Amino acid sequence: MKIVVCIKQVPASNDAKIDPLTKRIIRDTVKSIMNPFDNYALEESVRLREQFGGEVIALTMGPPAAEAILREAIALGVDSGILLSDRAFGGSDTWATSYALAKAIEKIGNVDLVICGKQAIDGDTAQVGPGIAAHLDWQQATYLVEIKRKDERIILTKRLHENGYDICEVTLPAVVTVVKGINTPRVPTLKGRLASLNAEITLWKPEDIDANIEQLGLNGSPTRVVKTEPPAPRTSSTIKIEGTPQQCAKELVRQLRLRSIV
Amino acid sequence: MITKTEIEKANFRNVWVIGEVEDGTILPVTHELLGAARNLADKRGCEVWAVLMGSEIQNPQLFSFGADVCLLVDDHRINHFIDELESKILSRLIEKYLPEIILCGATSRGRALIPRVAVSCYCGLTADCTQLDIDPDNGDLLQTRPAFGGNILATIRSSNHRPQIASVRPRVMKIPQPDNDRDGITIFEKILPSDEINNKKVVDVYHDSQSAINLADAEIIIAGGRGTHGKAGFELLHQLAQKVGGAVGASRAAVDSGWIPYTHQVGQTGQTVQTKIYIACGISGQIQHLVGMQSCDLIIAIDKNPDTPMMQMADIAITGDMFEILPELINEINQR
Ligand SMILES: Cc1cc2nc3c(=O)[nH]c(=O)nc-3n(C[C@H](O)[C@H](O)[C@H](O)COP(=O)(O)OP(=O)(O)OC[C@H]3O[C@@H](n4cnc5c(N)ncnc54)[C@H](O)[C@@H]3O)c2cc1C
Ligand SMILES: Nc1ncnc2c1ncn2[C@@H]1O[C@H](COP(=O)(O)O)[C@@H](O)[C@H]1O
Repeated sequence: MKIVVCIKQVPASNDAKIDPLTKRIIRDTVKSIMNPFDNYALEESVRLREQFGGEVIALTMGPPAAEAILREAIALGVDSGILLSDRAFGGSDTWATSYALAKAIEKIGNVDLVICGKQAIDGDTAQVGPGIAAHLDWQQATYLVEIKRKDERIILTKRLHENGYDICEVTLPAVVTVVKGINTPRVPTLKGRLASLNAEITLWKPEDIDANIEQLGLNGSPTRVVKTEPPAPRTSSTIKIEGTPQQCAKELVRQLRLRSIV
Repeated sequence: MITKTEIEKANFRNVWVIGEVEDGTILPVTHELLGAARNLADKRGCEVWAVLMGSEIQNPQLFSFGADVCLLVDDHRINHFIDELESKILSRLIEKYLPEIILCGATSRGRALIPRVAVSCYCGLTADCTQLDIDPDNGDLLQTRPAFGGNILATIRSSNHRPQIASVRPRVMKIPQPDNDRDGITIFEKILPSDEINNKKVVDVYHDSQSAINLADAEIIIAGGRGTHGKAGFELLHQLAQKVGGAVGASRAAVDSGWIPYTHQVGQTGQTVQTKIYIACGISGQIQHLVGMQSCDLIIAIDKNPDTPMMQMADIAITGDMFEILPELINEINQR
């Protein structure tokens, strides 16, 4: 199986700052990490290769510094890494991001399966995975807690829903997104870390993936962020309750009744 | 679709709500969205259309909740959720009727379906909106959503593309008072052979409300952390949840200890919830947990240690041992 795993570099903590002028995230001041959901996507792709053979390619679009998560991915077992980085990609919303990633996947060629995380913790949209599938016109399955192979061309996926699960037969090539429960990611070995230091990372620009420049970056993005502001602060101050357990319970119920809750 | 001029934009009219249909039943998020859609449509002076795709849909006439038109695709082939099929049908209907605004529930199904549609139709999509309004100057949809775990609110528009699509989580908008005198028309649409190309197959479905993502639907969440100390502690939380009709949530520490399945995890790598009441029992409140629940209306914390971040940010903070306080609380509620 030839698998592409899409990974994204995100700010580590949730205290990322927004540039008041460009309304974009200031990415230089906070530490960056691999999007936590993408760790599960990565682990799943490596496990599938270990079972069925083939290769795993990690793909990311981001600033030059995003190379770091590709090295991390190599340390964790993927075979190679591709970085899409260029001014023209800047300011992409989920439409333009999934377009660029889809073009790169077409360029890689003969890909059987694309695995994404459920969502990125900065944007929190969960739109890029299905977006890639739409651009490629491939089948998709989201929120997966299990992937099994039925035969050469078909995988069985277990999808999580609000009220349970279902099992889908997905015909390859396809795009899937995974949630945390699917596996327990490994930690990198020393050998992996060493290998990642010297590994060659491929850098692709728009012309390398035959992308239509009109559909990339801010140009290609239908959405515009026009305003950002901090949310209204929580107004109430904390009401502190102490005492015996019974007093505490009584007081809590009284507080809830004051708010007409019980 | 790209719409640079006012003339191009004027071709797109009406506000659509993509209904959430499960086993023929229309779920409440549909009614919530109809309320929001009515509000937008009144500002735009246009109609609200409810778009329903499913099999043997019960009571599809959503007029009392604010719809003027119900666009109905009722077919046994849509009894399970097949993203590719519904996306093709919907994209085709969009090209046929040219809506100006589309609202869709940010459910597991909606979040899989609607990005596919947005890409196919080349239009903007804003996820998990908490506020929707119309710009009086140009009629654009103003979409406000939290980003970065609720630390900022961003307002987003897509001026040069139509339709403008927004997803909204369940329980964010209020269900409108039904008006039984309202009436409307129903349009029936069919699945075309071209909709059926390259679709996957759903081979098995199992309902399992215990382990599935039922948190988004709850009004009250009783959540436990490492301070819950094990399965027995969570049993206590389940008891309280049952008493008050709530759901049980958990911190990652509790999930990773194997006390409760991952589907209950709240936070950065779990779910973001926005319930009326959130009761955190033995959860210290690390940032990765807080970002998943800080938008809840009323936050109650129970912890031995009064100085944790959770106890500091809660509306009501009870200092004490959860194993002593919760049974008393259940007692107290029983007496009412
Ligand atoms: C990339 C990443 C993603 C993460 N994602 C998430 C996420 O999605 N969700 C999440 O929750 N965490 C997440 N975390 C983990 C997070 O950082 C914390 O480790 C975790 O939330 C701690 O859980 P806790 O509050 O239950 O445990 P602790 O921090 O150990 O707190 C336990 C609390 O229980 C109290 N206590 C103990 N006994 C009792 C008793 N008998 N009665 C009352 N109180 C008692 C203690 O005083 C303490 O305050 C993530 C971390 C990382 C690095
Ligand atoms: N810039 C990017 N580069 C590579 N993969 C990405 C990028 N943005 C998003 N993804 C993938 O898409 C998933 C969903 O992201 P999002 O739609 O932004 O929430 C992530 O978990 C990644 O797998």
